[in-house]
Amino acid sequence: MIVAELKPFSEIEEMIKGKQHLLLVGCATCTAICFASGNREVSLLDSQLKLKSLMKSKEVFTSERMLKRSCEHEFVEELGSFIEKSEAILSLSCGVGVQTIADCFPEIEVYPALNTLFIGRPDESGVWKEYCQACTDCLLHLTAGICPIARCAKGLLNGPCGGSQEGKCEVSPDIPCAWQLIYDRLETRGELHLLDEIKKPKDWSKKNLPGRVIREDLLLR
Amino acid sequence: MSNLEKLLRAGEFAVTAELGPPKSADRGVIEEKAEILKGFADAINITDCQTAVVRLSSIASAAILTSLGLEPIAQMTCRDRNRIALQSDILGAWALGIKNILLLTGDHPKFGNHPEAKGVFDLDSIQLIQMVKQMKEEKKFLNGEEMKVEPKFFIGAVENPFAGSLALRAGRLAKKVAAGAEFLQTQIVYNLEKFSRWMELVREQGLDEKIFILAGVAPIKSVGMAKYMQKKVPGMDVPEEIISRMEKTTDAKAEGIQICIDIIKALKEIKGVKGVHIMAIEWEEAVPEIVRGAGLYPRPSMGEN
Repeated sequence: MIVAELKPFSEIEEMIKGKQHLLLVGCATCTAICFASGNREVSLLDSQLKLKSLMKSKEVFTSERMLKRSCEHEFVEELGSFIEKSEAILSLSCGVGVQTIADCFPEIEVYPALNTLFIGRPDESGVWKEYCQACTDCLLHLTAGICPIARCAKGLLNGPCGGSQEGKCEVSPDIPCAWQLIYDRLETRGELHLLDEIKKPKDWSKKNLPGRVIREDLLLR
Repeated sequence: MSNLEKLLRAGEFAVTAELGPPKSADRGVIEEKAEILKGFADAINITDCQTAVVRLSSIASAAILTSLGLEPIAQMTCRDRNRIALQSDILGAWALGIKNILLLTGDHPKFGNHPEAKGVFDLDSIQLIQMVKQMKEEKKFLNGEEMKVEPKFFIGAVENPFAGSLALRAGRLAKKVAAGAEFLQTQIVYNLEKFSRWMELVREQGLDEKIFILAGVAPIKSVGMAKYMQKKVPGMDVPEEIISRMEKTTDAKAEGIQICIDIIKALKEIKGVKGVHIMAIEWEEAVPEIVRGAGLYPRPSMGEN
């Protein structure tokens, strides 16, 4: 899933400066699962904004909406009837959601309330970690199902580097060395020979361009 | 062929040293350090923004050394350049008269003075070694395009016998050899016992016959430095015995140099070790004393190239 977190409140305050009528829009998909954009988070941010406006005796009028998915036009269009009175939208969603709302309603300002962090998963309650960088050419079959692009701090294809120490990354003792994990799992499986071959430099040509997929079988035109 | 390569091929026990370029545009610093090291090492490594701190470029510094009559080993990391910039600098370094190149992954930007920088790592060190070998032997760029004049570097690599499991590290050395590395400089050796075990694995795979191994050494300035390296520096292995020698002495610098000399003498006895690489960064004055103390002075010369 896409993992995100709320921006610092001071940054949000700076963004909405001068706006009185705000629509807060949550998203019920990825970023809700990581507790950044669900009903609770939207309400909390709403209360925070109201409280701050009372303290500053500068009234702010807010309303809240929850979208099933902020990243698809058909869901975002539902906002149509609610934006009339709003000067700006504060979107609690990943960067795709913010852009989809902005595309649907180009006449109104849309602010990102979240920072989009990575594609990852919850490893335990309250802990999310990155697992994929969408590199466009999956190699997990060669690396025991452990991604060195996302999980090695240097994204090495022929690791580990000299900074690997007792299974930890040189960057932080909290980060396991992805290449040590790969080595250990391949050793258990008796597949260490997979490491013998030198992996060639990665082809980043697809990743250098804005990503695009066209499925002829699904086109309606 | 570089002087270093000639010496190693002739079976001489080689000595290399290290020179850290300044954090400024001051050529004078390089000239001063070169003056200290001249005659005491067969070739001098020039670090490439070591620990991710911006310094005068390794290739420019290496070219300055060449102009002063010393032989440089230009270090090149994967951290700051993509494959276009790497190949461009490789051509440039050769055109400037540099003949040895040491290829490594590079420290993570987090450790440096610009931790906000994006780490490039378009290639890893093994891919970089393979690319330089292809440029040298096939006269081809990474994309397969041909070039008229190829850079004929003596290709070096590094390895850390003390990082991760010994078997894993020896396996990675095999990969570097297969990629085309011709000489190797190791992480600083303080733990001779562990280094010897790693060398055993290296010999079992016959790797010592395929690559010239130069063991890394470094003099310790103080007991504080020894403890810092033991606890804080990733990939370093400093045994208690060294700490205790540094604690007992009344002249820390002299003892640090003596420990370094003792380690070099022990390394000379290990089969497959073809030389030493002395890393006395910001303490270049220690190098002549170490080289003399270890009975490695004067240095042989293979004549003009």
